[in-house]
Amino acid sequence: MEAAVAIAIGILFGSGIWLILRPRTFQVITGLLLMSYAVNLFIFVMGRLWIDKAPLTLAPGTPDPADYADPLSQALVLTAIVIGFATTALYLVMMIGARGLSGTDHVDGEESDE
Amino acid sequence: MLLPSLLLIPFIGSVIAAVMPENARNREAWLAGSVSLAGLIGAGSLYPRISAGEVLRYELPWMPAYGLDFVLRIDGLAWIFAMLVLGIGLLVVLYARYYMSPEDPVPRFFSFLLAFMGSMLGVVLSGNLVQLVVFWELTSITSFLLIGYWHHRADARRGARMAFTVTATGGLCLLAGVIILGHIAGSYDLDAVIAAGDAIRAHELYLPALVLVALGALTKSAQFPFHFWLPHAMAAPTPVSSYLHSATMVKAGVFLLMRLWPALSGTPEWTWIVAGAGVCTLLLGSFAAIFQHDLKGLLAYSTISHLGLITVLLGIGTPLAMVAAIFHTINHATFKASLFMAAGIIDHETGTRDLRVLRGLHRQMPITATLAIVASAAMAGVPLLNGFLSKEMFFAETLQVGSSRNWWMSAAAVAMGIFSVTYSLRFINIFFGTPKVALPKTPHEPPRWMRFPVELLVLACLVVGVLPGLSVGPALHAAVGSVLGPRTPAYDLAVWHGLNVPLLMSFIALIGGALFYLTLRRRFDPDLRDNVPLIYRFSGAQAYENVMIALSQAANFLLRLFGTRRLQPQMLWMMLALLLVPVLVGLSPSAQLAAPLAAPFANLDPLFALLLTVGCVCALAAAWQAKYHRLVALALVGGTGIVTAVVFLWLSAPDLALTQLMVETVTTVLILLGLRWLPPRIAPKELAIDVPRSVWLHRSRDLLVAVAGGGALAALTYAILVRPAPEDSISGFFVLRALAEGGGSNVVNVLLVDFRGFDTMGEITVLAAVALTVYALLRRFRPAHESLAPPSQQTNDVDPAAAQTPAEQAGSGYLMVPGVYLRLLLPFMLLIAAYFFMRGHNLPGGGFVAGLIFAVAIIVQYMLAGTVWVESHLRLRPHRWLGFGLVTAAATGVGAWLFGHPFLTSHTVHLHLPILGELHVPSAFVFDLGVFVVVVGSTMLILTAIAHQSIRGHRQPGKGAEATARGVL
Repeated sequence: MEAAVAIAIGILFGSGIWLILRPRTFQVITGLLLMSYAVNLFIFVMGRLWIDKAPLTLAPGTPDPADYADPLSQALVLTAIVIGFATTALYLVMMIGARGLSGTDHVDGEESDE
Repeated sequence: MLLPSLLLIPFIGSVIAAVMPENARNREAWLAGSVSLAGLIGAGSLYPRISAGEVLRYELPWMPAYGLDFVLRIDGLAWIFAMLVLGIGLLVVLYARYYMSPEDPVPRFFSFLLAFMGSMLGVVLSGNLVQLVVFWELTSITSFLLIGYWHHRADARRGARMAFTVTATGGLCLLAGVIILGHIAGSYDLDAVIAAGDAIRAHELYLPALVLVALGALTKSAQFPFHFWLPHAMAAPTPVSSYLHSATMVKAGVFLLMRLWPALSGTPEWTWIVAGAGVCTLLLGSFAAIFQHDLKGLLAYSTISHLGLITVLLGIGTPLAMVAAIFHTINHATFKASLFMAAGIIDHETGTRDLRVLRGLHRQMPITATLAIVASAAMAGVPLLNGFLSKEMFFAETLQVGSSRNWWMSAAAVAMGIFSVTYSLRFINIFFGTPKVALPKTPHEPPRWMRFPVELLVLACLVVGVLPGLSVGPALHAAVGSVLGPRTPAYDLAVWHGLNVPLLMSFIALIGGALFYLTLRRRFDPDLRDNVPLIYRFSGAQAYENVMIALSQAANFLLRLFGTRRLQPQMLWMMLALLLVPVLVGLSPSAQLAAPLAAPFANLDPLFALLLTVGCVCALAAAWQAKYHRLVALALVGGTGIVTAVVFLWLSAPDLALTQLMVETVTTVLILLGLRWLPPRIAPKELAIDVPRSVWLHRSRDLLVAVAGGGALAALTYAILVRPAPEDSISGFFVLRALAEGGGSNVVNVLLVDFRGFDTMGEITVLAAVALTVYALLRRFRPAHESLAPPSQQTNDVDPAAAQTPAEQAGSGYLMVPGVYLRLLLPFMLLIAAYFFMRGHNLPGGGFVAGLIFAVAIIVQYMLAGTVWVESHLRLRPHRWLGFGLVTAAATGVGAWLFGHPFLTSHTVHLHLPILGELHVPSAFVFDLGVFVVVVGSTMLILTAIAHQSIRGHRQPGKGAEATARGVL
């Protein structure tokens, strides 16, 4: 279980790295999306893997923290997901704006010499 | 309350002055004058308590844990300086009213001048050393702005930069010195530092602290070797030179030395550093002053030498020298300010400041001439004027230095006296003789009120010179007492002390100076020399420029060496640096290497494994296709996103799953809207182009980095996951208190809107800012040439739907069926949003999720019937949603203040409603409502801003001109 999750995070992150090293703006935006999945998952699993233990303290009486998944990493990731959306929107606008201004979709705003 | 308002009024006045109209010279002058006058009256009213030896304090806790409080403190010394700042400020304002020409933008001038006045008062009234440094730097900034007031002139810009660089660098040194002092004394409070004088002098860090503080003071007071900035600062308007660069700001350095005198002085190091710099300065300044051609340049060097004189007195370190230093500070401020004003009048009325051209002015401007002559006599130290008294005290003190055989200090003092008589003679020479060259303007007396400040100051010189004990005696006594305390010596301010050595020295200086001047006129006429003899090679300004050039060259070199403007190398280096992190973590001694699980894939559900496999395959395929098949890549990325959401759900995070799912939807729609503006890209294989070998090389390298990076993160994750979670995590705290204290059983939601409410507040602010930025950026959006034409799908001749508008398609065209049921669905989707919002505190849901659902419900309508139709039927104003949401959230937070709790403290109310029964409504619920509204507003704003680009009429280059041409024909 742990190994499978770790490998999946690695693959997502690796695909993201490959893409953000590419020269086209669209490749970079997809790379950032993939990287953000990987990083969100990474932060999330720092609270360890729990199944059927959602942090909802519905049972009567004082809750026992050991019975629930870690709410802290979840709250952090929830924030990260929403902010990730905002940065993606900003990047997208920069991307189409730069394309309109420079006439190219190369990340440097000009085709490289190579 | 008087002290803080004394400090605050100039700053308020500065803001008001800044917003007045361009040509409001009179109103500006009245404003600035009233501000100074009010301050003067306020400070003056404190005199009875100050002269009784009282120290008034005002304290405002700021960061008490770090010993940083906002402390204002006024004693005799601070009072004298405050009176100088306000009194000369008032006269300068009056003078500036006539000096500034109608073309000058006066709001800027008076605004900066008042801001300087406030900063300078801050320096003299600060009771906390760190706070003092803050005001100190503020005076540097306002001085920079005022020197550069005529910013179209290159010399003004250069002078401003030079003054700022030197004094602000000194200020940084001072900050470091002050921090050391605070460290030694255990407090930044001025009184505590002064009281710890013995401990400071005995401490091993005494010398570094002294050097750093001295660097601050010497740069500010233009002392050797940092004196060079002051002559260049003369590019400022003359009122500024008179106020900042002779009477007040340059005195900040000596003020600081006086302030810290009880804590730092009395050691050989102090005498060597302070008196050494002072002696060099006074000789250099007075000698260089003789050979200036510019009226203001002469006065600037004279100011340098007089500041040197005060510095020497402080360096000598005897109590009597301190008396002389404070006394000379007051005297110098009066006669030098009046001389600068007189110089400004001459410049104003004749059109030149050149000492070689100006002659015989006493005929056209007799009153100004008389005033200037009296003031320069005070500068030269002629008896019955104030300069004579303090200079005589200076001579007396130099005699005390060292043993009776050590006479070098006295010799230096006499030499300086001779030089100052010489340059004073050179100055008053402009009033006599006959002009050889015609002046640019015919001189005449200035307006009555322009001369008034000079008259007042010269009168002060006379009164102090004749009746010192009666005029400044008591105030001086209070100032001296506040510095020296019980060590205050007995002194006598009388004009006549009988025949003694200092009097003899004064007469040697007067007669010697006159003879030296005559000799110079005969042998080396200063009018004919282009530079200062003997010392012109040691140009501080040149050294400064060389240092600046070397610095910028070094910066350029480093930039060329390590910088690139290309993104890809930057990313590559960043990723390589990132790769180091797991390596460092693994190598750190505290890390025990992972004990690999016996069966790493134990208890792995096959369905979960399949899910992960799908996600990974989607990611890899997206990476493969992102260049030439954007739509495919986007769909694949979406697949990975949905898998991520399901993984969240699987691993007990329903809130994350919901949010991820909604964000995924919105992001995909967003990028789909953007795709239209990207250029077409066709794979080289289809065009039969060979990809060059170097590109393959790059790709292999990047692939290697990607594999290594992915592998490293996987290894790191695995290594962490096989270890037990830390015992002392704070997560348990939240689980235990969510229901008990937050009033909700959904711990994640309670964490977001209650425990970490401030964080969420920041987050929605960021969200709103991003939405507005997107909107603003797109207002100026210009698409590329090729993207302007409508896409081929919309110009298809075969498909009749292409001719219809989206609204027609949804209303009666091929989208009629989805049109009917999607419109029917809208209220239900909104209801679902409300449902998820309401239950958020106890079950998965909440403001973020509900806001996204709401936004998606609207977006569906846009996708169905097009922007035009939706916006003609439904007026959503996303900007207002943003505003209302932020205000709601902030008001909830502020509401807690009303009950005396900190910002965003949550409170639960139990309501009994007739039908619904008992309801408990936490205030976090209202906060969450704000979150909901902001999320809806920003999502809608971003999406509609991009969507509107497709229907906006973009001007096509060429077309407009063509159409006009046709219209004409």
